[in-house]
Amino acid sequence: MFGINYQTRRSFTNKLMVFLCGLAAVIAFIPLMSLLIYVVSQGFQQFRPAFFVNLPEPVGVPGGGMANAILGTLTLMVIASVVGLPVGIFAGVYLAEFGKKSKFAWTVRFVADVLSGVPSIVTGIVAYTVIVKPMGNFSALAGGCALGFMMIPIVTRTTEELVKLIPHSLREASWALGIPEWKTILSIVIRTAKNGILTGVLLSIARVAGETAPLLFTSFNNQFWPRSINEPTASLTVQVYTYAISPFDDWRQQAWTGALVLLLIVLAVNVFAKMFFKTGRGVLR
Amino acid sequence: MIDELMQKEKAQKVKMETTKPVGESVKLVVPHTEVEMSAVQKVKVKAEGVCAWFGDKQALFDVNMNVNQKEVTAIIGPSGCGKSTLIRCFNRMHETVPTARFAGDIMLEDKSIFDPKLDPVVVRRRIGMVFQKPTPFPTLSIYENVIVGLKLNGVRDKKVLDQAVESSLRKAALWEEVKDSLNKPGAALSGGQQQRLCIARALAVELEVLLMDEPCSALDPISTSKVEELIHELRQNYTIIIVTHNMQQAARVSQKTAFMLNGKLIEYDATEKVFTNPSNKLTEDYITGRFG
Repeated sequence: MFGINYQTRRSFTNKLMVFLCGLAAVIAFIPLMSLLIYVVSQGFQQFRPAFFVNLPEPVGVPGGGMANAILGTLTLMVIASVVGLPVGIFAGVYLAEFGKKSKFAWTVRFVADVLSGVPSIVTGIVAYTVIVKPMGNFSALAGGCALGFMMIPIVTRTTEELVKLIPHSLREASWALGIPEWKTILSIVIRTAKNGILTGVLLSIARVAGETAPLLFTSFNNQFWPRSINEPTASLTVQVYTYAISPFDDWRQQAWTGALVLLLIVLAVNVFAKMFFKTGRGVLR
Repeated sequence: MIDELMQKEKAQKVKMETTKPVGESVKLVVPHTEVEMSAVQKVKVKAEGVCAWFGDKQALFDVNMNVNQKEVTAIIGPSGCGKSTLIRCFNRMHETVPTARFAGDIMLEDKSIFDPKLDPVVVRRRIGMVFQKPTPFPTLSIYENVIVGLKLNGVRDKKVLDQAVESSLRKAALWEEVKDSLNKPGAALSGGQQQRLCIARALAVELEVLLMDEPCSALDPISTSKVEELIHELRQNYTIIIVTHNMQQAARVSQKTAFMLNGKLIEYDATEKVFTNPSNKLTEDYITGRFG
């Protein structure tokens, strides 16, 4: 009697919980999907070649684009990678291979974790004080540096985790062949972890590509083609921000398209990262 | 305690010397042993009073052992008896564990491998090692796996590398199976092939002594017999020390067998002798399956 009753109740609870979890998943999915659909439907109206090759036009002049902002965003991503990746990757390798459980390594890890949680606008203000002020002008260089600083903690921690994943037996196998320690790390460990590290790198690039706040203080904005990385440079995020808060309909329309392009760039980087991770895991098996 | 062991060791040495000349007349079970017993043996590796610790725990107690050139020496014993520790001392791999300590000496052809002027890296090029689990480098191709030791030690000449790949893979009896797929990843091979690839990789550097730490325990019977055949062939040119859990395997492949228990070398003698007429009661108990 009691047994059957208990069984029914248990199975009912089970079904209820599965339903609630499913419902939560749907609720989480709705805003994401509606955001995507809305951005695509709004942005698609201006999504044409002119947008990718033309400079911004004054209000009322049709056919303006965001070519300079697209180029600017790509430039910023490159500069950020140059600044952030070597430091991040080598710091991660240091933590995994040499620092291990030392006090210093613990501190670096802690600081990296804190830094990756620092609001990006704070990074922007710091970059403004440290780079823009001494240099005297806004520049892509300053913006790239700010983004690069943001990448360092993310890349450091992912690299560390991935290098730690490489089984000890591989290192031993390499030592047993008479391969020196540093070559073991460089040619065996990092090479084996390469795909994973690359995934982490791409995800961190995707993460900073969408930053606006630090760029407002550093690379600022520009309505023309940049002549060097040492002058104010347009970026998609700042351009979208500027256009979106403007009172003009055609600018606001273009802001949607800018958002769509940004979304596509981030999506492309993510897809790339997933592809690398897949092959990486396949080989690591 | 140590004195006692030393005496035992000496007694064993005497016994070995007395049994040696008999080798010619005795028909042995192990087919490859016959020839070797009559030949004059040169000592290749010599362990002298080897003690090893991990942290506070002593893993090896005064192990003395002469390993003859171009012979297969098997080390048997129950789990945790220190066989792996001992074999890892032979190419200074035990040093890679941070808490490890070592006392005693190991000589490779009368030169100490613990010479402070000697880089362990150089030792490991002459005394290579194959592990329990096959460990091909997953991101490297078969070709790259074989020559990785050479390449990372500065050999760039493509001709030399090509030759090394073919000769090492032939020596490891893998060439025929992989010669058309040298660019495939090493991890795509079967377990047994991977293990032979690891052997080929060790042979490609200027190897003299090959240490094998339970090389077949992760392999199926067919792959195991292939690796054992290979060991027989490699014995023509290399000195081999093999740790194994499988006593039949020790009997099949080795000329000398060492039995270890609790970090001590209990008995070390011709394989035939150890398996048919062990001089120590503990050895007899172990090989007849009374413990371990």
